[in-house]
Amino acid sequence: MSSTATTSAPAPSARELLPQGEARTRLRRIRHLKDLTTRFLVSAAGYGVVISLALIFVFLFAEVMPLLRNASLAEPVSFPVPGGDSDTVFIASERYQEAAVRFAADGTVSFFDPRDGRALSQRVISFDGAEAVSFSSGEPRTGLVIYGLSDGRAVLAKHEYDVTFPGDQRLVTPKLSYPLGEPLTTIDDAGQPLEVITVQQGGTGIGIAAVTADGRLLLTRYASRRSFLTGETEFVRSSYELPPPPAAPTQILLDITMRNLLVGDAQGFLHYYDISDPAQARLRDSRRVLEGDLVSVTSMAYLLGTVSIIVGGSDGSVAQYFLVRDENNINRITRIREFRQHPAQITTIFPEFTRKGFVVGDAGGNLGLHYGTSASTLFIKNVSHQPINNVAVAPRNNSLMWTDGTGQIHYASLWNRHPESSITALWNRVWYEGRSQPEFVWQSSSATDEFEPKFSLVPLSVGTLKAAFYAMLFAMPLAIFGAIYTAYFMSPKMRGLVKPTIEVMEALPTVILGFLAGLWMAPFIESHLPAAFSIIILMPLFMLLAAGLWHNAPKALKFLVPPGWEAAMLIPVVLFTGWLCITLSPLIEIWFFGGSMRQWFTDVGITYDQRNALVVGIAMGFAVIPTIFSIAEDAVFNVPKHLTQGSLALGATPWQTVIGVVLLTASPGIFSAVMIGFGRAVGETMIVLMATGNSPVVNFNIFEGMRTLSANIAVEMPEAAVGSTHYRLLFLAGLVLFAFTFVLNTIAEVVRQRLRAKYSSL
Amino acid sequence: MRSWFKSGDPWIWLIGGAVSISVIMVLGLLLLIAVRGLGHFWQPPIVEATFHDGDQQIVVLGTIRTAETVTAQAVREAGFDVPEEQDLVDRYLFHLGNRDLTGRDFQWFIGDFLSEFRYPEDAIMLERREWGNFFGYLQAIKQDGEVIAEGERAFEELVPRLARSRELVDATVRMERFDIGRINFAIERERLEQRRIELNERLDEEERAALIAASQAEVDRLNQEYQVLFDELTILRASGRRDALVARTSDGQQVTINLGDVVRATRANTMTVPQKMREYGARFWAFMTGYPREANTEGGIFPAIFGTVTMVLIMSIVVTPFGVLAAIYLREYAKQGPVTRIVRISVNNLAGVPSIVFGVFGLGFFVYFLGGNIDQLFFPERLPAPTFGSPGLIWASLTLALLTLPVVIVSTEEGLTRIPRAMREGSLALGATKAETLWKVIVPVSTPAMMTGLILAVARAAGEVAPLMLVGVVKLAPNLPVDGQFPFIHLERRIMHLGFHIYDVGFQSPNAEAARPLVYATALVLVLLILVLNLTAIAVRNRLRERYKSESD
Repeated sequence: MSSTATTSAPAPSARELLPQGEARTRLRRIRHLKDLTTRFLVSAAGYGVVISLALIFVFLFAEVMPLLRNASLAEPVSFPVPGGDSDTVFIASERYQEAAVRFAADGTVSFFDPRDGRALSQRVISFDGAEAVSFSSGEPRTGLVIYGLSDGRAVLAKHEYDVTFPGDQRLVTPKLSYPLGEPLTTIDDAGQPLEVITVQQGGTGIGIAAVTADGRLLLTRYASRRSFLTGETEFVRSSYELPPPPAAPTQILLDITMRNLLVGDAQGFLHYYDISDPAQARLRDSRRVLEGDLVSVTSMAYLLGTVSIIVGGSDGSVAQYFLVRDENNINRITRIREFRQHPAQITTIFPEFTRKGFVVGDAGGNLGLHYGTSASTLFIKNVSHQPINNVAVAPRNNSLMWTDGTGQIHYASLWNRHPESSITALWNRVWYEGRSQPEFVWQSSSATDEFEPKFSLVPLSVGTLKAAFYAMLFAMPLAIFGAIYTAYFMSPKMRGLVKPTIEVMEALPTVILGFLAGLWMAPFIESHLPAAFSIIILMPLFMLLAAGLWHNAPKALKFLVPPGWEAAMLIPVVLFTGWLCITLSPLIEIWFFGGSMRQWFTDVGITYDQRNALVVGIAMGFAVIPTIFSIAEDAVFNVPKHLTQGSLALGATPWQTVIGVVLLTASPGIFSAVMIGFGRAVGETMIVLMATGNSPVVNFNIFEGMRTLSANIAVEMPEAAVGSTHYRLLFLAGLVLFAFTFVLNTIAEVVRQRLRAKYSSL
Repeated sequence: MRSWFKSGDPWIWLIGGAVSISVIMVLGLLLLIAVRGLGHFWQPPIVEATFHDGDQQIVVLGTIRTAETVTAQAVREAGFDVPEEQDLVDRYLFHLGNRDLTGRDFQWFIGDFLSEFRYPEDAIMLERREWGNFFGYLQAIKQDGEVIAEGERAFEELVPRLARSRELVDATVRMERFDIGRINFAIERERLEQRRIELNERLDEEERAALIAASQAEVDRLNQEYQVLFDELTILRASGRRDALVARTSDGQQVTINLGDVVRATRANTMTVPQKMREYGARFWAFMTGYPREANTEGGIFPAIFGTVTMVLIMSIVVTPFGVLAAIYLREYAKQGPVTRIVRISVNNLAGVPSIVFGVFGLGFFVYFLGGNIDQLFFPERLPAPTFGSPGLIWASLTLALLTLPVVIVSTEEGLTRIPRAMREGSLALGATKAETLWKVIVPVSTPAMMTGLILAVARAAGEVAPLMLVGVVKLAPNLPVDGQFPFIHLERRIMHLGFHIYDVGFQSPNAEAARPLVYATALVLVLLILVLNLTAIAVRNRLRERYKSESD
């Protein structure tokens, strides 16, 4: 530029307009700087997009990963057992793991800090001259323990922890209390030693069952009653003698409803007593729970909620049982599932406080961590050369504590956050507590603490596919046929009107479609069911009829409307057919269905929900029609003209050209349109949420609803506890949707690009 | 005929029918929403009829919501007695109102048992602040318990008095919302300030005590101010409740209704068409600018409109520069190769990822991760109550920005590819740097494409609901996200949203029948908003295409 200035240079003023050398350098530097800044900004945004894309995937994946992580046990801390060298009968820790308790056979109760073994306090329960011959504990969350004594009496105690916050610091104060007021209570009036004993606390009070040395099975109940005068809880005692079990009992269990009593014996049998009316108690069912003649039940425990029983045998087998009603409405002991076998005799079983898991110790010094619902054995780990005598899991499932023959307590922290999820639990039929057979169920939460979460992804996946299937069934013919007609037969003028109209449909918020489907269409279809079916049959017939009439119409009339306007001429036909079907609907109901088609469905045995797959199919089909339509239309419209013209020149009719040439060439494009439409249907949330009852059923009945992955996320995500298995499973659902649609769209996109390349080469 | 079938013509008609059906469905849907939505504001006549139920005769007074013909069987199943020989039945859904007196708002009546419809002139319909509508016959107007007008004169007296009391009630509401709201906000801020002082470890005891005392003095001052306002408010409230009307219901009960509880009163059967149109306008205006009442089933949708617009604006501020720059990078700066191709396909596919997935990501990453950390760092005094660690406006906007990013990128890129190569090369040949070419030539020329992208993004964002349910919308927000308190825009607040409003009122509301017209009206507003945005985008895009067609020729 400067050269131009010097060569012409007619006036000095022009030269002065140019910046001086120094200023030019500065200007150049500024320009360079601006260029660099822009480059930096633009690149940052470019990389930002890539990063955020990756971030979505990585973050979803990171939230799901812990589900796949296996449970792990840290290196244990060991310290001598506090409170004397009598046998340890029970250990447990409180929720903050700042205090733990150890019960000894001689009645010594020691509280200590499980993290370093520091003694906190110690009590001694007086047995009043007798000796403890048996011991048992209630559900871990109740803190109840019981000693059976040699004189027919028992000691019922409870370990509790007061948590206070003096000066914003947590202080845990352990204490020992006696729920019945007095430590000692008489179980056997005959004064026989109580060889086996159990205790349980339920909503109605406390129950104690015991087997005496002479083989009698005794049940003592303390019904709780709140005193009107003092407001304190009083107990009313009643005791019963039950029919004796067939063989020497080794273990007994009492559930929290105080209706069921289970006895395990030395011959590997489990016996079930119905004690809902203790005076009429009967042995209802007996069943061999362990294989082999010399195998005995060595340990037995209820899982949380006292429905499932875990039976450990002398052969190291661990299996889950519970009572299932048979066809005669009688509870039967039913083997539900087994866990990986331990190498040695099972010595102790300790259930988790808040879940359906449990930890098992065996005589070979192995600890096993298992989970009921998911039938998974998380680990079996050798921790000692001596048999494990006692084991306890912390209330928050984050540590284990055990004793072995070495006179030491071992404490180790545990990572076991998501035992509920396993391939089996997510995808197979699972036999849940209280159900009569294995099922696919999704039920993530309930009001009670004892609830067993049911995380089967099958109902949700089936629901998703069902919704998408019916939507595609509705959308595909309309969209693809419509696209072919619009691209190939329709007059350009009409095409200019129709294409934007259908594409505007894509922009309609799905919440509006869902709302109309749920509140307007669902009741409408319910009351006009015959119309829904007669339209499907009559619509094509009437269209053909109209076409035939037009074909035979006088020439003069035909010249009025050029070809390419068939769709416009059909509009009145469609409207008429629709009106006719709706008007006739009540009459059809009266003629053929006894006045109400819905009632007729019920009589025939077809379940009918008002918000069903039919409604969803139509509404969601409506939402995907524009997607499929516009991509398929593009593909058909861009078929090179010389191909179709060649075909027509060779004497093929327009329809033959469409079938033989256009469709064949454009089929990859139509395929990708369908894929993208399917992807949209799979992920659509609001329509399904509003137009179905959201019940997670596993069937393809068009008259029932469904629950899809996406709707499930929308319903449950706000309530899911952060970091819980439920939360992560919802993330998994999100990740699955993300990956699925991403792959689907990528395939569709690649197919389309290839097609585009093919068109340009043709 | 056979040759006609062989030629394939019938099939052409048949696939043409697919287009007709699709078009009819679209137009029918829009029509349905328009008719139902707009019909909501039209004052229907108040119908009086006598219902014969066996020996009993009941006088029914209300408006007719729907009339339909159903099979007698279905009606019998619903528990009505219909003569055996009858097959079809007409039935009417009456809006009876008076929910506080009878407990039922809507009731079906079989046409055969109804007398001829009458349209009494003295029948009035009151829209009340609570308990829904009232239908009855106006009898008298009272002031402080004294009757001042009766009979024919009562309605004339009612109109100005209603206007007066409504103004006073509005004033009290304004006062509660703005003046008292401001004081409450300030008191809350002082409380947090005190907590912050307590948590500040760098202060010693004395400083701490002094600061807290100062803050407490401020609180006391605010409380005094509040007391003054409260007294004023009490007087205002009492004044607003001076007048009352006496009306008789259709079953003969005498009811006194305070005018402070009435929003509007109409004597529908004496209204002329211009009057009805004026009433229509007033109701429409109240709907667009009012706050919701009665669990969102009545009143207006202003907070929802406001929330939607605010959210979309913030989203635009984020997504526009990001998306446009990213598109420029992909088209102008990045080396074209397999990597850019993969990125392009991925961005494209991001548009097809279900929106709920963005919601899940937004909840996990933005709300819990980012928001949780922001709370730890900047708002420790409010913990454990979350500030940014719970769903809110900013997270909703960011999530939607991510969701609409592909729309902006794709659209901008399309615009950039349309720019003739000669333009770029001309600029570079004249010695402009790449940045100068970009900012002075390429960006101005492709602005319409960017605008198209932005408008489409806004349209998509305005209609999206599923992700918002996780990251920021709420059924009823007590405060708007923008108000007169510092810092004026409250990014952490939850917002109301038109789409969510439809879902919530339509599906979660206790009185679904009463709420339905309102949902249609809300849907209409949302559809109009989105249609206008989309049509604008299409228009801009078409203009752009025309322009380049002429330039490249």
